[in-house]
Amino acid sequence: MTRTRWLQVGGIVLVFAVAVWIASNVLERVVAPAPAPSATPTPAPPTASVPHIIATLYYGTPDGQALAAVKREVPLGEGPREQGRQILQSELEDAPAPYLSLIPKGTTLRAFYITDRGDAFVDLSAEASTQHPGGSTHELLTVYAIVNAVTANLTSVERVQILIDGKQADTLAGHVDLRRPFERDTVLVRETKATE
Amino acid sequence: MLVLVCGPHAQGTPPTSPLTMITRDGRRPVASIMLNGQEYIGLDDLAALLMLAVREDALAGGVTVTYKGRTIVASPDQPMASVNGRVVTLSAPIARAGRRLLVPLDFIPRAIAPIYDSPIELRRASRLLIVGNVRVPRATIRLEAAGPPTRLTVDVVPPLAVSTAFDAGRVLVRVDADALDIATTPAGAGLIDQIRAGDQTTTIAIALNARAGMPRISTVTTNESTRVLVEVPIAAQQETAAPPPAPPPTPPAPAPASPEVSPPLLATRAATLQTMVVDAGHGGEDTGVRGPKGTLEKQVTLDAARRLKRLVESRLGVRVVMTRDDDRAVSLDERDAIANNSKADLFLSLHANSSPSASVRGTEVYFLRLDRAGEEARRNAAATELILPVVGGVTRPIDIIPWDLAQASHVDASSRFASMLEEEFEKRVPAGPRPLQQAPMRVLSGANMPAALVEMVYLTNGEQEQRVKSDEFQGAVVEAMYGAVVRFKAYLETPPAP
Repeated sequence: MTRTRWLQVGGIVLVFAVAVWIASNVLERVVAPAPAPSATPTPAPPTASVPHIIATLYYGTPDGQALAAVKREVPLGEGPREQGRQILQSELEDAPAPYLSLIPKGTTLRAFYITDRGDAFVDLSAEASTQHPGGSTHELLTVYAIVNAVTANLTSVERVQILIDGKQADTLAGHVDLRRPFERDTVLVRETKATE
Repeated sequence: MLVLVCGPHAQGTPPTSPLTMITRDGRRPVASIMLNGQEYIGLDDLAALLMLAVREDALAGGVTVTYKGRTIVASPDQPMASVNGRVVTLSAPIARAGRRLLVPLDFIPRAIAPIYDSPIELRRASRLLIVGNVRVPRATIRLEAAGPPTRLTVDVVPPLAVSTAFDAGRVLVRVDADALDIATTPAGAGLIDQIRAGDQTTTIAIALNARAGMPRISTVTTNESTRVLVEVPIAAQQETAAPPPAPPPTPPAPAPASPEVSPPLLATRAATLQTMVVDAGHGGEDTGVRGPKGTLEKQVTLDAARRLKRLVESRLGVRVVMTRDDDRAVSLDERDAIANNSKADLFLSLHANSSPSASVRGTEVYFLRLDRAGEEARRNAAATELILPVVGGVTRPIDIIPWDLAQASHVDASSRFASMLEEEFEKRVPAGPRPLQQAPMRVLSGANMPAALVEMVYLTNGEQEQRVKSDEFQGAVVEAMYGAVVRFKAYLETPPAP
């Protein structure tokens, strides 16, 4: 091989090496600040090491008139029951800005279970009722935020019954009938942009 | 229609539903055949449809498919093919039927699509083979028969322009696309008789039944889909007729002249309005909503209830029973019991609303939405009527219905009363974001008479909290409710249309 030929080969190798360096360093820096693979969901508390799913949770729209379906990261649960618990724990947390929380602060999830018939029971602590500000609109939004969060993410669940302190309750604050299970209802849901 | 001729090598049967190819030029059926549980398509058919060149290698027993210089090589021995040098797996090897070569269906997306210069998409569920840049959105139709209103939603994915029209008892939904991929069309139910793909390939026709009123149609488009919501209410004139037919015909109302039978306990429609129950929401320890300046819902509802009672009794001569006339707690069951024991002809529950946002304002009216159990109770109410002997040797027909679902047989009349309330409010005070709603309201479910619930103001709105204390605003709200009561009384007293 001639000297010129060696120089050509050397040049190509050098260009390739520079290209690899750019790809591995410069691009990495450009990409790194972006949040995990999906940029759309608002990351919930789980750390990067905890496996998670993207779930649809429901909050009040900023104008307080409807429910917004918001994609959020929720820790992965083993099986529908555990996954349901994780989804509800996330639903009970504060709403991400600019959405509004619909479930009273301090409400905790006492239990969550699913029957073979596809009925889910969401057992909430007393704060869900005693701290609820009342009003038909607010109460409907609260109830369907919970019902839709469960039914939208767990395909095995058809109906959701809300219990308070382990017992069947009449209402949260005097309006919406909690004695029977609810099916998913999207009438109150206002579509939001997928990026929210 | 293309026909496959099976030779001695392979015998097959046609699939349960044919495959349809959609291109810019339109739709055409494509013949396929089932062999050993696997669906195959003739390679010569595909070659003709997609302009492929096919060459058999007699020595190797394989076949080479060429398209614009790109090649696929496959053999009858292996469930795989080499596509432009890359090996792809197939669900089955190519087969031979007489002189024809057959390829498994997934040969199309896995082998042909990668070498083709137009998109090719095989949608197995809907049996569609889409070739080229053709817009074939998926349309998912859901029907919610509980009501009225009967609700139907059509979700179009991806989002596209949709136009709707209502004509001659039919709602037409037309999607701006080349064709529609409709997974399933639900059977008619409620106030909708039939749903089917329209005469054109991009329309869905929804036939309403004779009891249906003017439908409300709304369309919402997001980044993900376009949703059409069709809400079909019951026709105005139908409200004067009997409730929807139960499987066995409703027994005729006993003739008043008959000495043997007294009037039924659960009349579907009172002849007039003699007694009305006004329910002041909350009370006692249950304060209801608290406004930012401390105004309590329980006081607002009591003030309005008292004013309404005075107005209705003095101007209309209708007896008004209050569920509470002071600041005390009354359970929801007790409120229904008071109404039912008073044999009231109308029930109106007064409330003040709350929103998580202080900006929301206006008046909203609710009537009961039945769940599955309620709908069943409504349908069965007439069917389960019992004739029981009572004191004096006479009999009395009694509808058997769970007491907490007593409202089930009055929902139609309740929706009429709620609409009147909404219309009267609209004339006098600002309307809320959803002026008329159907919801599972606890206090309404046990009322054995037409019933509605009014959220008069949003107490969480500072301006409304201030206004609700004014005599002028209270007067307007009470006048609106009085106006609706007057209209409902007239409606009750109008003989049903023959």
